[in-house]
Amino acid sequence: MRVTVTVNGTTETHDVETRMLLVHYLREIRGLTGTNIGCDTTSCGACTVLLDGESVKSCTLLAAQADGEEITTIEGMAAPDGTLHPIQEAFHRHHGLQCGFCTPGMVMAVASLLKEHPDPTEVEVREGLEGNLCRCTGYHNIVQAVLAAAHSGELVP
Amino acid sequence: MSAPVLEDHAAAGVVGTRMLRREDAALLSGEARFVHDVVVPGALHMAVVRSPYAHARIRSVDVSAALGMPGVVAAMTGADLAAEWASPMPCAWPVTADMQSPPHLPVALDEACYVGDAVAVVLAGSQAEAQDAAAAVVVDYEELPAAVDLEDAARDGVLAHLGAPSNRAYTWELAPDPEAVRRAFDDAAVTVKERYRQQRLIPAAMEPRGVCVVPQPFGGEYVVYSSTQIPHILRTMLGLTAGVPEERIRVIAPSVGGGFGSKLDVYAEELLCLALARRLRRPVRWSEERSEAAQATIHGRGQVQEIELAADADGRVQAVRVHLLADMGAYLQLVTPGVPILGAFLYHGTYDVPAYSFTCTGVFTNKTPTDAYRGAGRPEATYAIERAMDALARKLGMDPAELRRRNYIGADKFPYSSVAGLVFDSGEYEAALDEALGLVGYEALRQEQARRRSDGATKLLGVGLSSYVEMCGLAPSRVLASLHYVAGGWETATVRMLPTGKVQVVTGATPHGQGHVTSWSMIVADKLGVPPDDVEVLHSDTGVSPLGLDTYGSRSLSVGGTAIALAADRLVDKARLLAAYRLEAAPEDLELSDGQFAVRGSPSTSIGIGALAFEAFTAHDLPEGMEPNLEASATYDPTNFTFPFGTHIAVVEVDTETGRVDLVRYVGVDDCGNQINPLIVDGQVHGGIAQGVAQALYEEASYDERGNLLTTTFADYLVPAASELPSFTLGRTVTPSPSNPLGVKGVGEAGTIASTPAVVNAVVDALSHLGVEDLEMPVTPERVWRSVGAAAPVPGGAR
Ligand code: FES
Ligand code: FES
Repeated sequence: MRVTVTVNGTTETHDVETRMLLVHYLREIRGLTGTNIGCDTTSCGACTVLLDGESVKSCTLLAAQADGEEITTIEGMAAPDGTLHPIQEAFHRHHGLQCGFCTPGMVMAVASLLKEHPDPTEVEVREGLEGNLCRCTGYHNIVQAVLAAAHSGELVP
Repeated sequence: MSAPVLEDHAAAGVVGTRMLRREDAALLSGEARFVHDVVVPGALHMAVVRSPYAHARIRSVDVSAALGMPGVVAAMTGADLAAEWASPMPCAWPVTADMQSPPHLPVALDEACYVGDAVAVVLAGSQAEAQDAAAAVVVDYEELPAAVDLEDAARDGVLAHLGAPSNRAYTWELAPDPEAVRRAFDDAAVTVKERYRQQRLIPAAMEPRGVCVVPQPFGGEYVVYSSTQIPHILRTMLGLTAGVPEERIRVIAPSVGGGFGSKLDVYAEELLCLALARRLRRPVRWSEERSEAAQATIHGRGQVQEIELAADADGRVQAVRVHLLADMGAYLQLVTPGVPILGAFLYHGTYDVPAYSFTCTGVFTNKTPTDAYRGAGRPEATYAIERAMDALARKLGMDPAELRRRNYIGADKFPYSSVAGLVFDSGEYEAALDEALGLVGYEALRQEQARRRSDGATKLLGVGLSSYVEMCGLAPSRVLASLHYVAGGWETATVRMLPTGKVQVVTGATPHGQGHVTSWSMIVADKLGVPPDDVEVLHSDTGVSPLGLDTYGSRSLSVGGTAIALAADRLVDKARLLAAYRLEAAPEDLELSDGQFAVRGSPSTSIGIGALAFEAFTAHDLPEGMEPNLEASATYDPTNFTFPFGTHIAVVEVDTETGRVDLVRYVGVDDCGNQINPLIVDGQVHGGIAQGVAQALYEEASYDERGNLLTTTFADYLVPAASELPSFTLGRTVTPSPSNPLGVKGVGEAGTIASTPAVVNAVVDALSHLGVEDLEMPVTPERVWRSVGAAAPVPGGAR
């Protein structure tokens, strides 16, 4: 079937198999391999992207369900000149990543979390990121990064 | 991104500062490439047909239906592939001369020995086509009785392999003076005998494994992309096992999404992709699915431990006796048999114990093979001794901190020759304990605990201590030889300056999250006096870094980092000779500071190391006999292990009505010697703690009695999320290691080693006045709730 999806501001139309998942569409058709796949039961959050600003696990949606929608992936977070988004910058400054495999999904989940809770408590951050697993950091520095990003004053509402 | 220096600024240079990581930009922007991201036109996708039975005779395998499926190019059985293998899958650690190792082929021939054992492969144009066709392969199995439970298997009731003499892989013993142990137990005022179960764990690196083998045009060579921790070891083992000349194999580990030991192995899928690419002359790739990973990637732990302590009336431990059963799983993978042996020397922990004996029997079961998982043997050892010390403290009515203090190896005893035959390099165990007790507010917690108990609160407080020492920095090659490990423990490095004054470092270490690029560039930046951003670190590609022994066992800094420092020193020595020639001075009169060689006392007479690099490159005017270029290599074989240590304290709240355990506070004080980058050290400790807490409270690879793995997804296998963990309070003491010139010890596994016993001790501590003495891991609400119901309160409410 034919789907038209805007990804990181670029709109393209492609023929895709009906059963194709959004994450495979992003990775294989759009060539955006920053979005990772860490599980097959929608449990890990490595595949998190924004659909019209809300975080979704792109392994839970069909590409067809994104027809006509706007998707933001990790590749769309930094400014065109390469300046990192304040959330990315906060992860960098607070050592919120090690192997980096969970990181794209984590950053997208945080973007959505901070939109909902611009000034979250530590508990809200921890609960808000419940759907995103990280095996490397023990979450400590991820939480620090999120709290710092919330208070950086650089986040566009 | 530049590499700003935030705090902890060291006296000079960047070593010792919290420099931000240079790896981050690519990972944060999505530009990093993991194996699954590597685009290879024309690659065939492999799917593996796996045994659904823990133990079965394979009567026949029929691939004809699969061959007719859309996109399918080939489908092959174990027999079809048998001629591809020059030898069975490798085990590099025959711990005893009589060790049994059943032949292990990448695809089984006539007997499947665990759920997940490969029985056929299918190749197709896409992953979905390959998977669909794999489901159409018809295998006629005759299910056989399976050896599932470790202790049952040890009794040989059911054999894990048809025709094997027994399930015993080996028995390994360390008993320097059995008579002394016997005497100590005979004379002891107090003894404890504890039995602990180390459940099986799934390492669960967030990136599942992946392999892609690309045959190269013209040369008969193969590029192997693999999500591996060990590209160098893998190249050698692929060559030997698949019969490909080693120099024709180039292994590249691109970005690797965590390993924790699970990617320290030679796997069937790596061999299969290579053999199939050779056979079909096409690229072949395989991407592991998560539920497949649960079965096809090694598990960790899996032991039954029996530990006995003999102590005098003051609580001084006089002897430690240990018996282990270790679950090998169905086959011996790369270092499976050696994992318990890595713990064998450490069951007396941080304590000055005069008599010691240890035996371990490795046992085959019809389950996924076990192998090294973060800590490998040392978390198990630390768990046993630290739980047993708490049991002893309870028996003596002594505070667990006091009991530990009384037994520590004193700071004045280092270097300390241990009863197990090691020489502990340096340590100040009491200082780390005091720091941890202070950070956690120990006395106040004990008062609060007593108050809640006397108030009859249903939310009880528990405080659990764990002091650890580990041996890492694997390893002196001669020592590895004495342990029958088939390789050495050195590491290599090359440091070279390019004509423009930039620097390349080639390392045999293989990072997969540890931040080596940052740390290595810091070491070299300080040695040469150049900015860290000018230092490029090349790694994880055997075409670029042909020799190395890779990353595991917290060895990269103490062995690989030392090799880099030594190579940088050699480069500086050469640059100094060239500078002396240029400045017409004696080499010994020159000082290198901030990248400038200057004559001592006359700083205006100077030349920069970058300028020297250019001169060495043009080679127009070099001293007689000097070779062009500034480049030096070093291979470092450590003289001893390093012995990091520390004390961790967990504080839990236990709800006696629901059994729920909340980890409310966690303090970790670690001593890893000198630190290159405390920011990275913190991160390693955080992640390690989380993995150890996960073993204590959440995770277990469970099997049913027929050997079916019940925990194949993240819905069943409970890797903790952020909501299940607290923030951690870290402290540090610094006792440099005399074993290497950097004075470093390693920290990759410390958190995991320390945290599991701290947490379980805390839960038992919360409930001890009710008579609870032990809880099996993972300490689930149900287990806690049942133990509270079954417990008989201790008279007088003693600890
Ligand atoms: S890939 Fe794990 S949730 Fe989508
Ligand atoms: S940084 Fe490795 S999984 Fe999160």
